[in-house]
Amino acid sequence: MKVDFGRRVLTVRAGRHVSGRVSVKPALVCVVLAAAALALGVLALGTGEFTLSPGQVLEALAGEGTRAARLVVVEWRLPRVLLALMVGAALGLAGAIFQALTRNPLGSPDVIGFNTGAYTGVLVVTVFVGNGYYLTAAGALIGGLATAAVVYLLAFRQGVQGFRLIIVGIAISAMLGSANQWFIIKVDLQAAFAAALWGQGSLNGLGWAQVTPVAVTLGVLVLALIGYGPRLALLEMGEDAAAALGVRVEPVRLAYLVIGVALTAVATAAAGPISFVALAAPQLAQRLTRTPGIALLPAAAMGAFLLMLSDWLAQRAFAPTQLPVGVVTVSVGGLYFVWLLVRQARR
Amino acid sequence: MSLAARDLTIGYDRKTISEHLNLDVPAGRFTAIIGPNACGKSTLLRALSRLLKPSAGEVLLDGRDIHARPAKEVARRLGLLPQSSIAPDGISVAELVARGRFPHQKLIRQWSPEDEAAVVTAMAATGVSELSGELVDTLSGGQRQRVWVAMVLAQQTPIVLLDEPTTFLDIAHQIELLELCVRLNREQGTTMVAVLHDLNQAARYADHLVVMKAGAVVAQGDPREVLTAGLVEHVFGLGCRIIDDPETHTPMVIPRSSLG
Repeated sequence: MKVDFGRRVLTVRAGRHVSGRVSVKPALVCVVLAAAALALGVLALGTGEFTLSPGQVLEALAGEGTRAARLVVVEWRLPRVLLALMVGAALGLAGAIFQALTRNPLGSPDVIGFNTGAYTGVLVVTVFVGNGYYLTAAGALIGGLATAAVVYLLAFRQGVQGFRLIIVGIAISAMLGSANQWFIIKVDLQAAFAAALWGQGSLNGLGWAQVTPVAVTLGVLVLALIGYGPRLALLEMGEDAAAALGVRVEPVRLAYLVIGVALTAVATAAAGPISFVALAAPQLAQRLTRTPGIALLPAAAMGAFLLMLSDWLAQRAFAPTQLPVGVVTVSVGGLYFVWLLVRQARR
Repeated sequence: MSLAARDLTIGYDRKTISEHLNLDVPAGRFTAIIGPNACGKSTLLRALSRLLKPSAGEVLLDGRDIHARPAKEVARRLGLLPQSSIAPDGISVAELVARGRFPHQKLIRQWSPEDEAAVVTAMAATGVSELSGELVDTLSGGQRQRVWVAMVLAQQTPIVLLDEPTTFLDIAHQIELLELCVRLNREQGTTMVAVLHDLNQAARYADHLVVMKAGAVVAQGDPREVLTAGLVEHVFGLGCRIIDDPETHTPMVIPRSSLG
């Protein structure tokens, strides 16, 4: 007795209590994306004023090679690569969560205003408190969370409907956008410059001090997602269908919203508002894997790959001038956006 | 196995649909709920299946308040086919049916031999085994509805509630689906409750009829005794004659014509 799922599926069983079902293609795509992201990471670790071959990079990572190579690779460049991978994965996951909850490919944290809100938070902190990495991160965190709360409350009417969340989000985002412009005009030039630089979204100059908090928070959020199991996919089938299968719809959906907002906030606090990764990664991953609905793991792998690629391009495209990675994702994402709109209009 | 409503008041926001409603769903039988549009049939079904929290009174599943029990535990006792469900893009028939196993699964037990057997049985019972690997998007309306029913059956619950399962189906598929419900009820003793629009189909296939009007249960019992011309006139405001269905000898409603 074997069920035909219409795709190649591996059944894993160990004893009476452990069993699972793995679709082969999505698993392979995840492995390939992760491998590609890591390979790009090794390339990026060897790139810069002090050029190293991939072999030398791997030696340095293993704790061998010259002291200079180890210093450059492990102390200077590795944090940036790790952050690109983690922030990319976080954005991919956040996008997947919001797109699944809203059942809409536009339901992504950067479209519904969380990035703009985080930016507002940073500007407010810059103007009234001062500059500094942790102040900026705190401003981004508070701004993003507050915006999410406002959007959620305004969109709430006997539960939250996806489309209303997107419309409210876009409206709030537009309002905050003009507020941000006003702030930049009002503050003194230096503060405006610092804030605008942050507003581009960049991994330049990040070190080990930033890696640990991102790694810990991301780890906790991923564990929470694993704990919720397949509930996100069940919610995609409609609230009544999910509830009939034993999902407690409102608390579970709120939990996913909180996790999604937290993932966005962690990414934004670390690297500034990086657009389009959250929007594009889940959709691109779904087209490659053909999973039913939006799947989390492929979106995370795709997000990590996209941001790693974008950051490498940001470093290489106009070397030695380094672009903020946000500029690259916006350019690449703009093309994706046009394609998405054309495709939706054709339906 | 028992399902009952006790002094139930239900509604949305401040709008009350039903007040002080009492109902015992007869175990092991096929109950049809009928009534005019917006009389609270679907609302009652949602309350009976824990989807809607009553503002007063309680729904008793096996004698215990359904809202005091964990959602997943309830979903192992009671299955529901809601009116509107969305099949995710690119999902295959077997994958959708397998989602019905969620209430039986745990974090590290996602696809046990029991899960597999339940999915195979549910697809065979609804006649969709042949479609197993097809994408749900590509199926006809009738096939798709059978797939959703298969998903509910894969839940393997002793009670199954169906909210207007025959809507959007042509007459042949309607009959096919209702006969499937009767077979499940007779062969496996599954307690069936369906909201139906067609009075003749309700009288023919159900062995217990619940008639609702303006949020209240106005009559219930054996269709042969309940479905009278007076009741149809009272509940639907429709003059009619009741004749004997020559095929099944159940009551058959023939509306009177107001044309000359």
